Amino acid sequence: MLAPGIVLFAVFMAAPILYTLYLSFQRVEVSGLGLGSGARKQVFAGLDNYAAALGDPEFGASVGRVLTYGAILIPCMLGLALLFALLLDSRRSRATTFSRVAIFLPYAVPAVISSLLWGFLYLPSVSPFYYLTERLGIEMPQILSSQLIMFGIANIALWGGVGFNMIVIYTSLKAVPNDIYEAARLDGASETQIALRIKIPIVTPSLIMTALFSIVATLQVFAEPTTLRPLTNTLSTSWTPLMKVYRDAFTRDDIYSAAASSIVIAAATLLISFVFLRVVQKRAFGQED
Amino acid sequence: MADTLTPPLTPSLRPRRDSVHGHEKPSAVATALLLLGALYCLLPVFWVVMASTKDGSELFSTFTFAPSTHLFDNIAELSAYRDGLFWRWMANTALYAGAGAIASTFVSALSGYVLAKFAFPGKGAVFNILLMGVLVPGVILAIPQYFLMAQLGLTNTYWAVFLPQIISPYGIYLARIYAAAAVPTDVVEAARTDGASEMGIFARIAMPMMLPGLVTIFLFQFVAIWNNFMLPYIMLGDDTLFPITVGLNGLLNQGASAPALYTLVVTGALLSILPLILMFLLLQRFWRVDLAAGAVKA
Repeated sequence: MLAPGIVLFAVFMAAPILYTLYLSFQRVEVSGLGLGSGARKQVFAGLDNYAAALGDPEFGASVGRVLTYGAILIPCMLGLALLFALLLDSRRSRATTFSRVAIFLPYAVPAVISSLLWGFLYLPSVSPFYYLTERLGIEMPQILSSQLIMFGIANIALWGGVGFNMIVIYTSLKAVPNDIYEAARLDGASETQIALRIKIPIVTPSLIMTALFSIVATLQVFAEPTTLRPLTNTLSTSWTPLMKVYRDAFTRDDIYSAAASSIVIAAATLLISFVFLRVVQKRAFGQED
Repeated sequence: MADTLTPPLTPSLRPRRDSVHGHEKPSAVATALLLLGALYCLLPVFWVVMASTKDGSELFSTFTFAPSTHLFDNIAELSAYRDGLFWRWMANTALYAGAGAIASTFVSALSGYVLAKFAFPGKGAVFNILLMGVLVPGVILAIPQYFLMAQLGLTNTYWAVFLPQIISPYGIYLARIYAAAAVPTDVVEAARTDGASEMGIFARIAMPMMLPGLVTIFLFQFVAIWNNFMLPYIMLGDDTLFPITVGLNGLLNQGASAPALYTLVVTGALLSILPLILMFLLLQRFWRVDLAAGAVKA
């Protein structure tokens, strides 16, 4: 009965990974002029593709960009998600149903569409922000410029992700029995103290999971910068690691080095995830183990 | 016990302490912060509604939030674009997401049920590999999957987008949690003693018990496929097979040289998010996202 699951897993997850692994150790050798059959043959390349991928300054630059992007995005997104979840759960907030639905709504918007919407909002000729700041006599910097595009893209991901993470944290807050809060209140704890000392520790496991999923998603950012490219000339075709892999594989037809880069990205994702889980699990659950 | 007695459709996200609201002094700061967040999230949606009522020249000249009267002209123009290609993209997206999510939910339910209720050698290994699959999700696999699909001659077909998205490690993981919680082992054993087949037990007894959880898996997978960009972007070259994300991306690309297409892009963006937003509002109560349940300590 497990067969359909295992077969699909094997064909669409395990096999592609193994095939990529195989390709990453191959290269094409061209003999003569490279014409006719047999002139191009695939030979074992050892670690050459990996050395090329890791030594490629473009690849290093794209990794650097993604790490900066993650360092901007993830703390902002999780901080805001936690703040909104705590506010929704607070007895002193109003308009909670409306706010919850409104903040969660962007999750229904595909990244391509949200990049498209924000992309237009970043265009000075269309954007209300530029219209308003112009009226006020303030010069607003170009978001689509090479200095700020990083923040522009992080904002798109923030917009799309904050509501989902908020719901995750809010769901775990809802699971807490009310008695705990009542007891704390009887002891004279303020709402803020309850939030900091009781609620945040309770949602820590959810925060860890949302952080993990955010890290994995960040390393793979592709749709947002790809969609924004027609609107600005500051985004190169190798702006993120996956964009570079895509370009190598499909524009340059160099599937061997693209395969090596894919493996490097996948391995790095796994490594970062495991290290992250190790570190926070020790901190968060140290007493229980 | 209390869990199994609750009607499965109880809205779980409705604020539980509604009755106590009002006893406490409302905080203007807290409410203002929430409304600010809501405003931020609604702003682009509001913009696209306004922008899709404008014609090509108004889009770049009139004030952003000033509505105009060309919404239906824009929709008509979009529908006429290359013989209704836009609606073809919408239908494709619905097909990929609908059929894909149903297939994926079924496979997840079956695998999760087996992992929760059967003991067999290698079960621990299967589960651990699955968890690794959660950490390396679809997007990183897309290029390797392309190479494989190319070997099978399936690139540039519906299958290329449909098949890889059936397997969802996260869906299986969730289904295993639901099966462990909602399907009592003695019920399964009783049915087995009565001579029911294993598939029959799964389909007639376990599936209905897991149903509320399966709706959540379905929604997750539906949104994931609907939002997916990279896989179809890589797999498909024929634009009559495109889902909406790839289609609008291509239209925006052409818009860079033919700005008249921008109104089509904007109108298309509005029309494409409406169904999903509607589905969200109607099915809100199924969004129970307890990621951490058992996950961290597993």
